Amino acid sequence: MTEAPSQAVGRMRVAESVALAVAALVLTAGIGALLLLVGGYDPGAAAAAMVRGAFGSWTAFTSITLVRSVPLILTGLAVAFAFRAGVWNIGAEGQLYAGALAAVWVGLQGAALPAVLLVPLVLIASWVAGAFWALVPTLMRLRLGVGEVITTILMNFVGIYLAAYMVHGPLQERRGVFPQTDAIPEAGRLPALLPGTSLHWGFALSVVLAAALAVVLRYSRFGFRLRAVGASTEAASVAGRIDVRRVLLVAFLGSGAIAGMAGGVQISGVTFALYEDLSPGWGYTAIAVALLAGLNPVGVIVTGILFGALQAGAGAMQRDAGIPAAWVGVVEALVILAVLVIDRVRRRVSEEHS
Amino acid sequence: MNQAELVLFLEAAVRLGVPLALAALGETISERCGVINIGLEGSIIAGALGGALGALAFENALLGVGIGAFAGLLCALVFAVVAVGLGADQIITGTAVTLGGLGMTGAIYRARFGATGTELSLPTLTSVRIPGLADLPLVGTALFDQAVTAYLAYLLAPLLWYFLFRTPYGLELRAVGEAPDAAEAAGVQVVRVRFLATLFGGLLAGVAGAHLALAHTGTCAEHLTAGRGLIAIGVVVLGRWNPALVLAAALFFGAASAFQFFLQALGLEVAYQIFLALPYLLTLAALAGWVGRARAPAALALPWESKR
Repeated sequence: MTEAPSQAVGRMRVAESVALAVAALVLTAGIGALLLLVGGYDPGAAAAAMVRGAFGSWTAFTSITLVRSVPLILTGLAVAFAFRAGVWNIGAEGQLYAGALAAVWVGLQGAALPAVLLVPLVLIASWVAGAFWALVPTLMRLRLGVGEVITTILMNFVGIYLAAYMVHGPLQERRGVFPQTDAIPEAGRLPALLPGTSLHWGFALSVVLAAALAVVLRYSRFGFRLRAVGASTEAASVAGRIDVRRVLLVAFLGSGAIAGMAGGVQISGVTFALYEDLSPGWGYTAIAVALLAGLNPVGVIVTGILFGALQAGAGAMQRDAGIPAAWVGVVEALVILAVLVIDRVRRRVSEEHS
Repeated sequence: MNQAELVLFLEAAVRLGVPLALAALGETISERCGVINIGLEGSIIAGALGGALGALAFENALLGVGIGAFAGLLCALVFAVVAVGLGADQIITGTAVTLGGLGMTGAIYRARFGATGTELSLPTLTSVRIPGLADLPLVGTALFDQAVTAYLAYLLAPLLWYFLFRTPYGLELRAVGEAPDAAEAAGVQVVRVRFLATLFGGLLAGVAGAHLALAHTGTCAEHLTAGRGLIAIGVVVLGRWNPALVLAAALFFGAASAFQFFLQALGLEVAYQIFLALPYLLTLAALAGWVGRARAPAALALPWESKR
């Protein structure tokens, strides 16, 4: 439908990108506080409750904030990877559900297997399913020229309803009471990373994946091609003689696999079973995570933890300060808008100077 | 299936198609001048909550629709300032506006109605029977015994078609969507046209949301919109950016959403999640099968800045 639009946020050095992120957060905090005041709430109490909920104790930080950051880091990496190639994958949410569904299914089927086999199988299943969920929009873009923005979002709804159908129907737990699956066996679960906390190995895996993606994007031949395609598909195919379709295919399916892994890791590390509303919209929050990180994989670790803290703090905010947790959505929107606005203003100013 | 059941199915199809039609007609105008507003979902949910609050405050459903339209316009204003005024990426801006719209309405809803507001009952938009037309066989009551918002959609489709293809303003608007640089050279205020078209889209999306809250259900639950804004964008593509076809496409999708009543009447049992997924699958199929022959406005989704 449309050509891949230009970069979401202009490319820049790391220092600039950190400055942009800090400025965006300050702007968000300012406007957020103002909106809370208009709504009749006390922004100070909100902030205090939020910080207490997210960082108030070692347990809160590791078992709540860091645990919640894992799916955000993974989906954030999925979005950043796709956006760098100019692929508008807004479908991380559906890919996450597909990954979670496959992970649960494999975990339940492989109950007889030892952990050395079952854990990797569960994770691989989530990659494959996530990539498969991205395949429909990929083929529609590459074969039919249908833009991926709408198709990836549509696939989100299909994925969510498919998961809902499965937990009410074929995969419902044995007693048939609750709309959820049976729990996967011990052998399919990710072990704890820090003894005495709920932080699981998925966190370490996300950090390793982020580092690997950073190296691939920056130093590998494929990373160069991907960035070239993201900068301009036409220039890449004309000047660089790059097989654009191949690069787009890998970017799309790779992004889907990473988002699927977010679902698999959540199943294998936290919930052990699939149920409706597994994700509170991580696939969409991921866009804020990735943009605030300047689409930089290592930056995604930091912004993922930040948004993990925001979601961890929102619960405390609702409990202690009586402020609805739905405000988190407003904060996420403000972060995205602040990044866009500051980036645009920055570029306009620099154009005027030159 | 007897005739009474068929009539019920058609009625449901129109009732479910009308909000899609309103939102998609507004989006048609903004896409024709190069603005794709994914934030439509935010405008619809804001329109639903605004409509509910307005109807409660004034104890009048029509005034509720007005407030809903205004709420939808406010959401679109945020989008227009960032995406059109500053020239930021439309897709990402729209996603942010949807996230913010859902969050903000969720927060206001909870603060106003508490965690469970499902029993909340609102003044509803009453059906208006058009004498004569409503007596047509089969489709009469389905089409012409509906809320006023339905008639607004019927009227807007030909009016907007005339505006787009038969007036100089419509020509200017389409020029902005095909070749903004050339339009500017010809003296068209590109940013102003895009700004106004986006606001118009938000206004209609707000009316669509108010219709959902006040004509459909007489209640306003969180997640009432369930991705309708995105289906509306699919409807625009299916209707090939032509208001008359867009209305038809919206009614077709209304029929798809109403299909469960049809199958229930036939006595078939199918899991309801399949029905919920059906409109999205149909939109995908429609995009895959139909778009090949249609062409989007050339400058759609491309940020534009004046070179002067």
